[in-house]
Amino acid sequence: MTNAIDVTDLHVSITGSHVLQGVSLEVPRGGVTALLGRNGVGKTTTLRALLGLAARTGQVTILGQDTRGWPTHRVVQLGVGYVPEDRDVFAGLTVAENLRLAERVAEPNYDEAYALFPELKTRYKQRAGTLSGGQQQMLSIARVLLNAWPVLLIDEPSKGLAPKLIGDLVDALERIATGATILLVEQNLAVVKRLAQRVVVLDHGEVVHTGAVGDLADPHLAQRLLGVAGAP
Amino acid sequence: MSVFLTLAFSSLALGAIYFLAASGLSLIYGLMDVLNLAHGMFMTLGAYAGWDLATHLPATWNAAGVFVAEVVAAILGGALAAGLTEVVLIRPLYGRPLSQILVTIGLDLAVVALLLGGFGSSSLTLPVPLWLIEATRSGNLILAHADFIAIGLGVAVLVALEWFLKRTRYGITIRAGVENREMVQALGIDVGRAFTLVFVIGGAMAGLAGLLYSVTFAGDLISPLQGDSLLIFALIVVVIGGLGSIRGSAVAALLVGVVQDYTNYYLGTHSGLAEIGNLSVVLLLALVLEWRPRGLFGRTV
Repeated sequence: MTNAIDVTDLHVSITGSHVLQGVSLEVPRGGVTALLGRNGVGKTTTLRALLGLAARTGQVTILGQDTRGWPTHRVVQLGVGYVPEDRDVFAGLTVAENLRLAERVAEPNYDEAYALFPELKTRYKQRAGTLSGGQQQMLSIARVLLNAWPVLLIDEPSKGLAPKLIGDLVDALERIATGATILLVEQNLAVVKRLAQRVVVLDHGEVVHTGAVGDLADPHLAQRLLGVAGAP
Repeated sequence: MSVFLTLAFSSLALGAIYFLAASGLSLIYGLMDVLNLAHGMFMTLGAYAGWDLATHLPATWNAAGVFVAEVVAAILGGALAAGLTEVVLIRPLYGRPLSQILVTIGLDLAVVALLLGGFGSSSLTLPVPLWLIEATRSGNLILAHADFIAIGLGVAVLVALEWFLKRTRYGITIRAGVENREMVQALGIDVGRAFTLVFVIGGAMAGLAGLLYSVTFAGDLISPLQGDSLLIFALIVVVIGGLGSIRGSAVAALLVGVVQDYTNYYLGTHSGLAEIGNLSVVLLLALVLEWRPRGLFGRTV
């Protein structure tokens, strides 16, 4: 079976800065692949380039389709959900409107979204801008669950959340991962170790390590690759 | 007191026209970052479309029917001009806002020149029913019938637009796109369709504004440059109201209408300065920007 995502020689320049310098990686179908690396190495840019939100060169094949020149909405309709780093819920819209806007299939799966995040149901009419950071993150994830997309690109879901909330979130993501392929950008190594099976490490705009999540247990490797001490 | 009320009524009508002219401009900028300087041209073309249709209708039509046809033609004319502008000229220039602004200026100049060449520089008279030229009087209180039409249509459009933006999927898409266009695309939505739709809606309202301006404040005359002078006030309304906000446009349009009308009467008639109403609007703009740089309803990012 083909991979969910195949990237070959991906280059992205943003305002003159060569952010991605030939990234090649593959994301097998099923489970969680974590995209790791220090701040500013191009993890978010990689996700954005996959979606066509950043101008790129190189080959990106998603679910067997060469997406060269595709506009973002077409890539998404292929079955790719995106949970961006800063949630990017629409602050002026209600929770209900945010969700309605995300519906791309005839029968959106609200049951799944509410089963994981029951709070969204009770706050249906509330403006998304007045939700807490954690609630906004739930809404951002719920948006991609409605369509049961086979591929999810999730950028730093735990960022800025209290430890208790992170625990709930990881439980939810673990359940979501049983039915989808997730490419996860995450700084919190405890979260990575709990969710991911595979890791891809970026440095200076290139892939410097690809392997199993167990590789991170070696503190020297973690230190060298991520600039952090081995996580607990 | 009755003079005061007469002015209140006519400034409401002026505000309604400014709202129709400005709200499309505001939505277009909010969603697409395009400062559409061809918007005045849509207003002018709306008025000309109404006039052109009226001159081609059979003489058996009664005056009221002719006027309704003019209104419909103005709306459709403005919508068609705006839709074509977006598809043919704006769309190839996505991501290049400066080029888009320049192309709208060029289009405006070209269309005005074509109208001058085709119809001449003198004003044309729009056929309207006698009732529309008359007014209801009670002592010194004068309520121009054309103002009733402008206020009624302005309120109807405001209500319809609010409903559309709140209740329909396209409306929600447009509101979301004004906030964060990229995220709308990342939800799998073809935002280009929303762009065309916003242009068409804005153009329809502009066409209506152009025609209503002729029947309320220009003595039923239309001229190739009328849209450009309206555009200046529409731009001021958009900035005062806050870019991308319909409610802001409505409030600012009323404010500008009231300030302009009252100043013109109370200061203009006594000082002999005919343009003092326009000056007062610019002062209002400066005061609002000093107090709220993003406009009355502008969102802080």
